Amino acid sequence: MIEIRNLSVDLGEFVLNDVSLNIKEGDYFIILGPTGAGKTVLLESIAGLYPIKNGEIWLRGMNVTALEPEKRNIGIVYQDHVLFPHLTVRDNIRFGLKMHKMGKQAIEERLNWIVELLNISHLLHRKPDTLSGGERQKVSLARALSTQPEILLVDEPLSALDPENRETVQQELRELHRKLGITILHVTHDFEEAISLGNHIAVIGEGNLKQTGTPDEIFRRPNSEFVARFAMARNILQGEVINKPGKDVVFRTGDTEFVVVSDKEGEFHASLRPEDIILSLEEIHSSARNCFKGTITQILDKGSTLYITVDVPPELSSLVTRHSFEEMELKEGKQVFVTFKASSIHLF
Amino acid sequence: MKWIVKNRLTVTFLLLGLLIFLFVLVPLGKMVISSVSDAETLWNTILDPSVTSAIGLTLYAALIATVIGFILGVPLAYLLARKNFPGKRLVEGLIDVPIVVPHTAAGIALLFIFGRKYLVGKIFGSIGITFVDSLAGIIVAMLFVSIPFLIDSTKEAFKKVDVRMEKVARTLGASPWQAFSRISFPLAWRGIFSGSIMMWARGISEFGAVVIIAYHPMIAPILVYERFETYGLNYARPIAVILIIVAIIVFILLRTLAHGRNND
Repeated sequence: MIEIRNLSVDLGEFVLNDVSLNIKEGDYFIILGPTGAGKTVLLESIAGLYPIKNGEIWLRGMNVTALEPEKRNIGIVYQDHVLFPHLTVRDNIRFGLKMHKMGKQAIEERLNWIVELLNISHLLHRKPDTLSGGERQKVSLARALSTQPEILLVDEPLSALDPENRETVQQELRELHRKLGITILHVTHDFEEAISLGNHIAVIGEGNLKQTGTPDEIFRRPNSEFVARFAMARNILQGEVINKPGKDVVFRTGDTEFVVVSDKEGEFHASLRPEDIILSLEEIHSSARNCFKGTITQILDKGSTLYITVDVPPELSSLVTRHSFEEMELKEGKQVFVTFKASSIHLF
Repeated sequence: MKWIVKNRLTVTFLLLGLLIFLFVLVPLGKMVISSVSDAETLWNTILDPSVTSAIGLTLYAALIATVIGFILGVPLAYLLARKNFPGKRLVEGLIDVPIVVPHTAAGIALLFIFGRKYLVGKIFGSIGITFVDSLAGIIVAMLFVSIPFLIDSTKEAFKKVDVRMEKVARTLGASPWQAFSRISFPLAWRGIFSGSIMMWARGISEFGAVVIIAYHPMIAPILVYERFETYGLNYARPIAVILIIVAIIVFILLRTLAHGRNND
């Protein structure tokens, strides 16, 4: 569908080198990288808004590298929405349709379609500066989708929102993707966001593409220190939240059930930070609701701290200091107990 | 009022501010008031055809200069706001030079280009346009000294328009021209408009450069100067008063207009 071949971009202070991506029709593709890795510039290059130094961009088997942005029909949604402040919501959405010289009737039909899809018909007469963050987000999406682009580029859509809106917008993006079957390329620095939305993830950093794969591949088999750092920050598990009246709410992954704090139910990802897991040689009786016996399968030495992987199952990575490591005489194959509070588990 | 007395900084600044405010207000006010008290002379001056035609010519010439400045200056201001190129800072600096050059010196410099014997003067002379002692000369002089106001204000206005507005417009199918005319220009309009007012006002008040290149036909500031030189203070005053009143009315009118858009 869209193919990026050996793309290089010169950003002044640093460069983005030799990035190659292949995004399939209807995919939800995530580009994951730290802040300042040139993610926005990468999107702008794909849209034709930023001059590229080297490489090619192919759209539906056509080389569009030299094509002007207005002829590519690639939609873009910026992090801070960039709505046209002098136009009403209606005129913001109609802008692209007018530029495409659509007839009056067709413009109205398309406008109604997109407005209903995003549930924003009550905002049409408003000016952008009177809208809330979530509303702007929707209008920005509506404007980009109005021309039915080949691919939608989304730049950090969730990072400017408060946690509550975040979940709603995430849900909406998922819905939009499902309903329209549109190809989405979404950049973020948030690992959880990437895992929960993406079908495929490309990790960029230090000026180049580090790894491409499914969320599971990126998480289970990071191919470099850099990717591992991104992924290792958390234990990420897939499972089901079970909420039975009168019982503890649990998160079941495989045959193991963790007690969690939640009022949700259904399929979720859970994340647990390594530093929130306590290792002990004896079972601990405390207010922490989760205590499991497991076997050490891997030890990753970081100098003053060590990452200890314990297979319960699932495998959980725990962070210990060198002092504890030596005192407890930890080694691979040794049986230990892992303890963590129910509230340490984050569901998403 | 209690808080003001308590705050010494506010009191000090208030007094200093009042001083400079009065310095501007009192001379203008006194002249207008004392002149209005002699209504007959003022009325006769208003009816004097040489006075009305001088004022009309001043407003008209400054307007033409502003229109030319607008057509040629807005594109340059846009480039300066949006593009980076070697020597950009030099260009920006040079554009502001007319503000610091003594305006009589500017007039002489212009004469060396637009005079009958010189290059541009010859070219325009061949199609019947002369600059010395003509409307064209007045316009050229006003344009030269007042263009920095329009360019600077317009440049700042374009800089304030997020470049990504244009980028979004492009992805929605707009050509660079459409992105400019439908997005950047309307968004920068307030700054462009107030820059144009400043340019026009500066053109109206110009004396030095015009007096060198075109003493005749006579614009109002030169008429004031001539009456003062020939007949003395009492004859110059009524014209000066009318000029001030006209300038203030026009200025207030346009400022209100710009402010009205402001609150839009």
